[in-house]
Amino acid sequence: MLRYETDAPVLAALAPGLTPEMVAAVSKLMSNQDLILVAKKCRVVTAFRNTLGLPGRLAVRLQPNHPTDDPQGVAASIIDGLLYGCGDAVIGINPATDSVPAVETLLRLLDTVIRRYDIPTQSCVLAHVTTQLAALERGAPVDLVFQSVAGTEAANRSFGITLSLLGQAREAALALKRGTVGDNVMYFETGQGSALSANAHHGIDQQTLEVRAYAVARAFKPLLVNTVVGFIGPEYLYDGKQIIRAGLEDHCCGKLLGLPMGVDVCYTNHAEADQDDMDTLLTLLGVAGCNYIMGVPGADDIMLGYQSTSFHDSHYLRQVLGLKPAPEFEAWLEKMRIAAGGRHLLPVDSRHALLADIKQRSL
Amino acid sequence: MTEKNPETPAAGAGRDPWSALSRYTSARIALGRTGGSVRTGSLLDFRLAHARARDAVMAAFDVAGLERELIQKGVATHPLATAAGDRRVYLVRPDLGRQLDGESRDRLLAAAGAWGRRDLAIIVSDGLAAQAAERHAAAVIVPLVEQLQSLGWTIFPVFIAPLARVKLQDEIGERLGARHTLMLLGERPGLGSPDSLGAYLTYRPGAARTDAERNCVSNIRPEGLPSAAAARKLAHLLLESARLGVSGIALKDTETAGEIGN
Repeated sequence: MLRYETDAPVLAALAPGLTPEMVAAVSKLMSNQDLILVAKKCRVVTAFRNTLGLPGRLAVRLQPNHPTDDPQGVAASIIDGLLYGCGDAVIGINPATDSVPAVETLLRLLDTVIRRYDIPTQSCVLAHVTTQLAALERGAPVDLVFQSVAGTEAANRSFGITLSLLGQAREAALALKRGTVGDNVMYFETGQGSALSANAHHGIDQQTLEVRAYAVARAFKPLLVNTVVGFIGPEYLYDGKQIIRAGLEDHCCGKLLGLPMGVDVCYTNHAEADQDDMDTLLTLLGVAGCNYIMGVPGADDIMLGYQSTSFHDSHYLRQVLGLKPAPEFEAWLEKMRIAAGGRHLLPVDSRHALLADIKQRSL
Repeated sequence: MTEKNPETPAAGAGRDPWSALSRYTSARIALGRTGGSVRTGSLLDFRLAHARARDAVMAAFDVAGLERELIQKGVATHPLATAAGDRRVYLVRPDLGRQLDGESRDRLLAAAGAWGRRDLAIIVSDGLAAQAAERHAAAVIVPLVEQLQSLGWTIFPVFIAPLARVKLQDEIGERLGARHTLMLLGERPGLGSPDSLGAYLTYRPGAARTDAERNCVSNIRPEGLPSAAAARKLAHLLLESARLGVSGIALKDTETAGEIGN
């Protein structure tokens, strides 16, 4: 994999022949720089209403969570993120309550915002897959179907899912034909330690099971996969050093299996880590060609109670590495006078369309 | 409407022109920027909040205070201990927080005969935020117990079990023969929420139960879901769970977002 001759087409051709156990084993033999170099060689491009994973691009999931799913509170964070040039990977809300009506309300809010401003992006409400399906059956506008997945059947059972349920969800989302430039309709999240946390690990190491989760994702042609690397806590990844190593392993392993990997660069307040560790991992993942990162207002998720990366962080990374948003989204940012050249934020005053509308409609 | 984040600087101090939107959320929006980067003031605010959250994780649990409060309000308690021993062990060994220590187990079994089988066992733990249990647990439990008892439910004394994980309710419920368990414990503190309580309920608790078979009500605190509303929501879920004979993803919460804060 380190040879000069091993390039993106070679690795793409190899990907379908790799099992997750092979990939996990190799990753444990690799240094951090090997994980970065090999991941950088992989190219995984996916599409729905925009095109993600192209070279020289870095997308951001806008994550406008609110502790009570208050639609105005969510909308305020969406506007903030859009005015900071973020949201091309997805505008994705983690709902506080897994209820069908609450999820439907949020899906309609997202659909209204995306259509009103003609934003080339996709929405998702990250409820349980059965809740999303119930909302979809009631006519809610579902772009992407989300689910957390794990690397053993028992852990997936503890998540309340089976592979056939995921297949059924994908068929339902495809049938809506809401994508304009592609039909990758699934969004999966993973994270080292989830099987152990559910006491469903069968004594297997957490990296092997993490990569087995990617093999679950691979079967459903997702638009987005991300590892929420430091989310579970210090019992799985103790400190900043372990979170950094795991983030690089996960990203590289997912890419080798042909997945559109993003990383939620994050930590909890009971872990031995801080925002400087996140700066380091963020930078390394940018160098490694990570497809997307999270954008949370001020890096502080007020619903999930953890720290991730901020809208500002994406501008840091785009500046130091010369990265741009997804091309369709870049053009929209230009048109809306939010950013120039995909990177440079423009001054916004209170007459900006995204703000003027709020005043008139009182959200 | 949630409380403004106290660390958020006032409008005009280099914030963005949409800082008025902060009245809808305590998220760190409209922070302003230098170039594309976060301003030094915002960075220092963030570091201060992180230091406070770290302190909240490590704070000791005032068990005696919670016992006094519950007993004063007519709710009996029973102390338990997990196998975790101390907070450092608790943080890195979740398995030990899911089981009782030997002495607690023996005392629980000794008492169980006198209690007999009952409908509900409520367990309180500090979890990752002692302040959450200290400030909100009694305010959830007292009205909840009152409502359920008026409907004929039989309830065990409230078990106070420091350093516990969610799954501890399965061992307690199984050993007692409780039809339902409800576990209240401090959620891991966010930067602006050092006292958020989570509640997890299980129908027919036992070793084989998984998280998919529990219902969760999270973010119980004045700025999130206030205690009285949480008690009503939990009563509704418990009654539905008893009626349908299920808990977890098979028991769908049918409330809309707007109803939650009412």
